[in-house]
Amino acid sequence: MEKYLYIALFAPIVGSLIAALFAQSPKNLFTGIFTSALIFVSFISSMILLNYVDMDKIVHVEMMDWISAGNLSVPFGFVVDQVSVIMMVTVTLVSTIVHIYSIGYMEHDESFNRFFSYLSAFVFSMMILVMSDNFIGLFIGWEGVGLCSWLLIGFWYKKHSASWAANEAFIMNRIGDLGMLMGIFLIYWNIGSFQYDVVFANIVNLDPSEVTWIGIFLFIGAMGKSAQFPLHTWLADAMEGPTPVSALIHAATMVTAGVYLIVRAGEIYILIPEVGMFIASLGAFVAVFAASMALVNKDLKRIIAYSTLSQLGYMFVAAGLGAYWIALFHLMTHAFFKSLLFLGAGNVMHAMDGNLDIKRMGGLYKAMRPTAILMSIASVALAGIYPLAGFFSKDKILEVAFNNGSYLLWGALFVGAGLTAFYSFRLVMLVFFGEKIYEKDGIHPHEAHPFVIYALTPLALLAIVAGFFEHSFHEFTTQLLSDYEFTLDHSVGAMLIFATSAMALSGIAYAVYKYKRGGFSENIENWGVYKLLSNQYYIPKLYEVAIMKPFTALSRFAWLNIDNKIVDASVDLIAKTIYGGGEKARKMQSGNLSSMLRWMVVGIVVLLALAIFYRPTV
Amino acid sequence: MITLTHYLVLSAILFSIGLVGVMKRKNLLMLFFSTEILLNAVNIGFAAVSHYYNDLSGQMFAFFIIAVAASEIAVGLGLLVLWYKKTGSVDLDSLQTMKG
Amino acid sequence: MFEVIAFYTFSILTIIMFGIVVLSKNALYAMSALAGGMIFIAGFFFLLGAEFLGVVQIVVYSGAVMALYAFGMMFFDTTRDVKENIHYKKVLYSLFIASAILIVIIMSAPIYSANIEAFYPAVIDGVGNIQMVGLILFTKYLIPFELAAVMLLVSMISGILLVSKRMEMNLTEEDHYEEKGEII
Repeated sequence: MEKYLYIALFAPIVGSLIAALFAQSPKNLFTGIFTSALIFVSFISSMILLNYVDMDKIVHVEMMDWISAGNLSVPFGFVVDQVSVIMMVTVTLVSTIVHIYSIGYMEHDESFNRFFSYLSAFVFSMMILVMSDNFIGLFIGWEGVGLCSWLLIGFWYKKHSASWAANEAFIMNRIGDLGMLMGIFLIYWNIGSFQYDVVFANIVNLDPSEVTWIGIFLFIGAMGKSAQFPLHTWLADAMEGPTPVSALIHAATMVTAGVYLIVRAGEIYILIPEVGMFIASLGAFVAVFAASMALVNKDLKRIIAYSTLSQLGYMFVAAGLGAYWIALFHLMTHAFFKSLLFLGAGNVMHAMDGNLDIKRMGGLYKAMRPTAILMSIASVALAGIYPLAGFFSKDKILEVAFNNGSYLLWGALFVGAGLTAFYSFRLVMLVFFGEKIYEKDGIHPHEAHPFVIYALTPLALLAIVAGFFEHSFHEFTTQLLSDYEFTLDHSVGAMLIFATSAMALSGIAYAVYKYKRGGFSENIENWGVYKLLSNQYYIPKLYEVAIMKPFTALSRFAWLNIDNKIVDASVDLIAKTIYGGGEKARKMQSGNLSSMLRWMVVGIVVLLALAIFYRPTV
Repeated sequence: MITLTHYLVLSAILFSIGLVGVMKRKNLLMLFFSTEILLNAVNIGFAAVSHYYNDLSGQMFAFFIIAVAASEIAVGLGLLVLWYKKTGSVDLDSLQTMKG
Repeated sequence: MFEVIAFYTFSILTIIMFGIVVLSKNALYAMSALAGGMIFIAGFFFLLGAEFLGVVQIVVYSGAVMALYAFGMMFFDTTRDVKENIHYKKVLYSLFIASAILIVIIMSAPIYSANIEAFYPAVIDGVGNIQMVGLILFTKYLIPFELAAVMLLVSMISGILLVSKRMEMNLTEEDHYEEKGEII
């Protein structure tokens, strides 16, 4: 089985490196097909491993010693257990589809090969992240996906906004990563090991306050990567990257790494329910907060990005309340329908010549029927309508919140479910139905390549049926994760399901009803609430005024006064002294043998003087 | 009584004379003469030490120095002749090709 | 007494001779003075009991080296004095004085390596200096001796090659006649 582990892990990097060889050359279809094939191989290996792990076996390998210094010993170890294999399958499946999709999506891009190199490198980093058996390996993968995310958001680096967004994402992640590093250091400080099994075995013996700090710091790391409030602004801006990137990294895989971390470190969080409660509250807040921003946004991709944010909030609620398997389940189903939604949005975007304003679309159903159907499926799944995948996972999260007795959380999530349904169908209605506004802009939409559509069908299929695997998923993951006990009555559960479904359905119905009749009137845009929402609660503005401006001023001050006048000046002084000395000493090198000989005699005199007057004390 | 110090001072004086030659003369041939003086000054020192310490190693060194000096002259003089053929001068200041 | 007289006589003569070498404008005078000085130095060697070294000094310097110089000088126009304008006389003489003082201080400083052991005693009863030199030269110093021999051979060959007539031609690339005269 180790063979499959290594294949699953290293196939992507092989593809990436080979694609990188062609990075400077013009578009080469081979790189796209080759990398896709290797990711597919990785997916197959992951499936084989899934099958193997299903038989109650865990693959644990130590490839080699990596760091061993003093008491510190960090091996390059990988583990395939119930949690990581789920992540592996999800990641490789979505990656395969995104790779194939990208062959069509990026076909006119001059940096086609480079794109695939980055994309495969991302998959490799993600695999390291999920497969590592220790925190250091996790951190390496964590940073690796951060790097690839930076490369891919800034893929069209000639566009100023793209490179700005890439830097924003990277810097925001740095803040989170600092927290994560602190957490890892604390773990090592207290336990003396990075290995998951050792850490989890010894964590119970620690002082609760220490454990709390560890939990908080690790969660700060998760907040950065999963774009939780207040580090959330980068995710919406990250939509500057190519759409397949948004689908893979900023919806399905990388942003869920934070959830994965919490699930993986579940044994730590179980000891500190207060921190878990905080995580859940923050998650619920973000779920509503992000959904509200999605209500009014006009940018196709940003709407989906906010929706991702909101769904991540749901996952954190589940993870924070200790229902790890539900968090993981929602993570998986969400990966399917959200990447489908994004990839469909990519098709729409291509059809609209890169225009993303949903107010300028409408009536695309005729022109792009398959995409419309796929996106509708994804939206229904996202809204959580029976029998699609979202229904099962989202309802479970609501049930957990209710079961836990935190009715406030439940209420927030309940409202969030309605909002989700509304904005999803606002999007669908505005894009695919109604008046054909795009015709005014002289755009002639066209459907994407057939193979692109075919590549998306597995995702659509999974978005429909993934929910039915709930029971086997539950059994499978709770072999490793701690189970969550439902104490609710059956009738209460049924009531909850009914209520949530009704909420979602009414959200959909309202959206359909309203936008069928031409949507809201224009003067809604003058409402204070609308302004607040469309400006993202003025948080980016606040960051700009409160953090960026003072920091820029400080940097300017440091640059002009400290760097230029003190640091540079002193360095320049040294250089000028040496340069001036050299200018003077240059005359020595007249090339005249006689003067050289004289200098030689000077040297002899100096050495003799040293020999006489300098006596080292023996 | 002549002691080792006498010899060493003599050797030093001769060495200094050689140094003056090296520094002062611009004639390449004279430069060679001066280097001979330097080498011989050192030879005297070696031989004297060898005598007063009753050890033959000093003489051996002097012997090898003579060998080195001889070969130096053979090669150096050959080069000097070539240079003279080329430029018609044995002036040190004409050797400026290494000017940076 | 004899030793003292001989030492001072030779010292004064050597210094005068070398002074002439360094200061004389005429290369021929300088060469003659150098030859004389070399012979006086051989005198010191005899005084110090190093007969073999003295003999070698006379043979090599007065014989071979001087002959070489003499032949070399035939190539040059020795009647034409090289213009020796010296720009920094003060610097030069102060350098000379400084180095002379330092060297004298060093040399006359009490030799505090008094515990030097004589590994190769110069005098063993019944064995003369030349014999001893031979013994040591072919035992302890055999390899340097061989190396010196090779070095002399190399320098001899190079000396011959350098001065030989065909040197205007490039010896290694004789086909390229167009380069003739450029590479010397």
